[in-house]
Amino acid sequence: MPAPIIKVDAISKSFGAFKVLDGLSMQVMPGEKLALIGPSGSGKTTILRILMTLERIDGGHIQVDGEQLYHMERNGQLLPADERHLARMRQKIGMVFQLFNLFPHKCVMDNVTLAPMLTKGVARAAAEKRAMELLDMVGLADKAKAMPAQLSGGQKQRVAIARALALSPKIMLFDEVTSALDPELVEEVLNVMRKLAAETDMTMLLVTHEMGFAHDFADRVLFFDRGRIVEEGKPDEIFRHPKQERTQSFLKKIIAAGHRV
Amino acid sequence: MTQWSGYLGLILQGALVTIELTLMGSVLALIMAFLAGMGRVSRFFILRAIATAYIEFFRGTSIFVQLFWAYFVLPFAGLSLTPLQAGVLALGLNVGAYAAEVVRGAILSVGREQYEACTALNLGRWQGMRHVILPQALLVMLPTFGNNAIELLKATSVVSLISLADLTFQAQVVRSQTGSTLMPFASVLVIYFALALIISWGVRTLERRMARGLDGVRV
Ligand SMILES: Nc1ncnc2c1ncn2[C@@H]1O[C@H](COP(=O)(O)OP(=O)(O)O)[C@@H](O)[C@H]1O
Ligand SMILES: [Mg+2]
Repeated sequence: MPAPIIKVDAISKSFGAFKVLDGLSMQVMPGEKLALIGPSGSGKTTILRILMTLERIDGGHIQVDGEQLYHMERNGQLLPADERHLARMRQKIGMVFQLFNLFPHKCVMDNVTLAPMLTKGVARAAAEKRAMELLDMVGLADKAKAMPAQLSGGQKQRVAIARALALSPKIMLFDEVTSALDPELVEEVLNVMRKLAAETDMTMLLVTHEMGFAHDFADRVLFFDRGRIVEEGKPDEIFRHPKQERTQSFLKKIIAAGHRV
Repeated sequence: MTQWSGYLGLILQGALVTIELTLMGSVLALIMAFLAGMGRVSRFFILRAIATAYIEFFRGTSIFVQLFWAYFVLPFAGLSLTPLQAGVLALGLNVGAYAAEVVRGAILSVGREQYEACTALNLGRWQGMRHVILPQALLVMLPTFGNNAIELLKATSVVSLISLADLTFQAQVVRSQTGSTLMPFASVLVIYFALALIISWGVRTLERRMARGLDGVRV
């Protein structure tokens, strides 16, 4: 059995006096597609942001791809990670945000090529060639010269996905990537994610309220509540036969709100 | 009539000196503004402290005093400047201190999500600043930079106090030589105003070009 690519070990995280994550542990296998579901405020975004090094942890350990994320091993001692170590670890991880976070002053092509050129020293021609392949994959080859403001939300999000993929991360984090979109634009983004899941062996962590999509997409579903994993299992187990009362009532509410499960 | 055109020539010479001062002072101010403005948001305490000290000092003392120091006191420290050099130094440092706060404010006005996108794409701090944050902040700075440049233009007249023959100085010369007050002062009024208009127009043009594409309408 291969080693987990992500090992989260008893991490805690507080914002002021408010403890968002309290001794959270979880493991993700290479290539696994994981869906994180749960009520709003339960810490799903926070765990993704911690993995992307956008938030620091207060305690515990995280291993990514065999190395400590927030610690460096020096002469057998564990020291807090410095910026160099974090930069090296970030190469393994990419993230797509709820609100796209595209660079508004750069055209689609430049949004996608900027990071590979700056962080990996890829030559412009090679970066643009790769960008065109990725834009083609997300169905936006004809928008390479467009500015972000000229795109619809769904198109922006597909550019953001291409931009993250351009760095070829082993792990991709998706934080509610369709929840800011008009309903008719959701499907075009989900289709890209389906394609990614089918065609690559990337490890993918997905926070979502699209339960139907989570069911089809995920190998495993984690149900979060108040900073803890209350229940986890195969999609069928979680969605058809949830054992925990809190999972049941959450899914009931979601269905009542009109979501397909 | 030929006499008047001679005097007008004097005034135009003064205008050239004023333009020269404005351009060189603005360049120095711009450099200082970026150094100090970025120093203010640095993660290093010492850089923040130096930038803050510079800004507070030059905003807290008058441009006259700064000019007199540059011209009359620095020689005692072994640094003798020409009137033009002293003028550029005082104007650039003074206006740079005001513009530094503009740079700082504009950098802080760029949303946190842009910084986070930089981190997620593994850009270094400086790379993110240079390619993502500053280009967006520049657009926020530009209108106020235009005001700063006009302030600088108007402040150039202080150099007449150290006998640099700028527009204001030449107006005084013409006035004392001709006894006419209206002609020289009306001409300098018009010239200062025209120069300020040119600055406004230039900055607005630059702003329009840089904003192109950002709103999704103009391409
Ligand atoms: N930067 C922050 N400062 C203070 N509180 C925060 C911050 N980020 C998140 N929180 C709080 O942490 C809790 C968990 O947030 P989050 O991880 O975004 O939940 P979820 O994504 O599951 O909805 C929420 O109560 C939220 O208000
Ligand atoms: Mg969230």
